[in-house]
Amino acid sequence: MIEVRDIGKTYGSVIALADVSTVVNPGEVTCVLGDNGAGKSTLIKILAGVHQHDKGQFLIDGDEVRFASPREALDSGIATVYQDLAVVPLMSVWRNFHLGSEPTVGWGPLRRLDRKKGRETTRTALAEMGIDLRDVEQPVGTLSGGERQCVAIARAVHFGAKVLILDEPTAALGVKQAGVVLRYVAQARDRGLGVVLITHNPHHAYPVGDRFLLLKRGRSLGSYEKGDITIEELTRQMAGGAELEALEHELRAVQK
Amino acid sequence: MSVAVRSQSDERLAKPGLWDRLVVRPEIGALLGALAVFVFFSVVAGQFLSPLGVANWLDDASTLGIMAVAVAMLMIGGEFDLSAGVMTASTALVTAIFATQVGLNVWFSLLLSLVFALGVGAINGWLVMRTGLPSFIVTLGTFLALQGLNLGVTRLITGTVQVSGMRSADGYESAGMLFASTVDIGGTDFQVSIVWWVLFAAVAAWVLVRTRFGNWTFAVGGSALSSRAVGVPVVRTKITLFMTTAFAAWIVGSINILRNASVQANQGIGLEFQYIIAAVIGGCLLTGGFGSAVGAAIGALIFGMARQGIVYAQWNSDWFMLFLGVMLLAAVLVNNTFRRRAERVRR
Ligand SMILES: Nc1ncnc2c1ncn2[C@@H]1O[C@H](COP(=O)(O)OP(=O)(O)OP(=O)(O)O)[C@@H](O)[C@H]1O
Ligand SMILES: [Mg+2]
Repeated sequence: MIEVRDIGKTYGSVIALADVSTVVNPGEVTCVLGDNGAGKSTLIKILAGVHQHDKGQFLIDGDEVRFASPREALDSGIATVYQDLAVVPLMSVWRNFHLGSEPTVGWGPLRRLDRKKGRETTRTALAEMGIDLRDVEQPVGTLSGGERQCVAIARAVHFGAKVLILDEPTAALGVKQAGVVLRYVAQARDRGLGVVLITHNPHHAYPVGDRFLLLKRGRSLGSYEKGDITIEELTRQMAGGAELEALEHELRAVQK
Repeated sequence: MSVAVRSQSDERLAKPGLWDRLVVRPEIGALLGALAVFVFFSVVAGQFLSPLGVANWLDDASTLGIMAVAVAMLMIGGEFDLSAGVMTASTALVTAIFATQVGLNVWFSLLLSLVFALGVGAINGWLVMRTGLPSFIVTLGTFLALQGLNLGVTRLITGTVQVSGMRSADGYESAGMLFASTVDIGGTDFQVSIVWWVLFAAVAAWVLVRTRFGNWTFAVGGSALSSRAVGVPVVRTKITLFMTTAFAAWIVGSINILRNASVQANQGIGLEFQYIIAAVIGGCLLTGGFGSAVGAAIGALIFGMARQGIVYAQWNSDWFMLFLGVMLLAAVLVNNTFRRRAERVRR
């Protein structure tokens, strides 16, 4: 459904991404793995319309596209959980949840927020994730990091129509919530959505992923189908292979 | 994995008392301040509570209040407009020049100055969004430019620094009904501008908390990048806020020109800070994303009461500035502590 071909992006003189190709199909999970600064967030920001690519092609259903704003991406059914979460700390939980897609009642100049519906959907969506908030009127800034992340994820799941993009969704989560998020990813996939999952943790990626894109310093180290790679090999590749073995050796030496 | 949706209460949530619920409202500090100022001048100045006295300080607060409410919305949206003060003179000048020098009907002149005001507001907003510079510096530029235009164009056309003679223009009477008439209540004349002030504040308050646009205003002021990422039209929202401020300046300019029938080209300079002060007293954060339209209207009320109260108490008006400074500092401190409580800040 989504395909990128040899896509590239530079910030001034910084080459953040070069010659990366991958596909996102309906009912499949594409995992993006790589070191810090490898260009993972840059890639998904292009897909989400926050930035525009300056090389290569970005295709949706075979047509070349270039989103001018995240609104356009959302309107084509692509919803994103950003690494920095994209919440407004001083605003209440339910207002953040619906920000940009507020439910309204009334007509013409009297069109106004449907506050009751807004609060209800927020509470149910969060409860389904196992997050039972004290008060959806409280400012998002007062939530714990994990709770904040759940708000962002619940929002994307709620509004993601065709493609769901998750940038390190499990980073700040407890074991239970991380499990819930992965189950969400699997559910979304089974409902026929295309999912892009970014994570540092191969143990999170491997069980749900269908395709693994490895990035290093803005370049692709390779794109593997699940059948072509084992979890051990994936972990080894991510950590830079031989480097990890050397590190293990060193650590063992320290312990003695 | 689904958890039963809890009904109403939660054992981790202490039932909020009345005080706790009040204290998170941005306008509460201003309300207490207004009450204190009201009681104080009622006691020290006898005239203050007379119908004429009340009509006077309400009138003083009204034109300031219309602007303060608009400026508060803009500040909640994370921007400043230093050109707001001279804009009240510019709009009055445009109306007056078209009505007296070109000879157009006053209603048509008002329409032209409205177009002018919205244009300047749009330019302000567009420049700020386009350049990414702080609105403080961009609108300082428009402030100076407008100040120069006001004087230059007026002198070019009339040879003096004022435009007068509105009274003989067509439509002066009927337009005056709308902007500058008085309402007789118990033998005292109250200016109609008071009605516009209350109406403007009420509409702004409703828009801010009950509509999508209001939601977007808080969002773009709280975090423009996050708002954009979730699909809020940041540029459109901010430009609309600048245009709203310009619109308010048009209302105030029209009130002034139709009431006085003449306008000085150097009017309005310095008022922009009074608007910002009233908005801050009303609970707006200088950093954006938090504040209230009702608060700003109350901030303007404090201004009006103090300015006229000092006159009725027969003090030298020099003391007003001292009062203003103390009031502003107190408001900023109160805002800060109240906001901390509102956020129950985690660090
Ligand atoms: N707005 C920007 N301006 C300039 N350089 C940027 C910008 N955003 C990212 N970069 C650079 O691009 C490179 C890739 O960044 P990116 O955020 O995509 O990494 P990442 O793979 O998401 O890392 P992490 O795992 O830490 O989230 C980095 O070297 C970063 O410094
Ligand atoms: Mg990243």
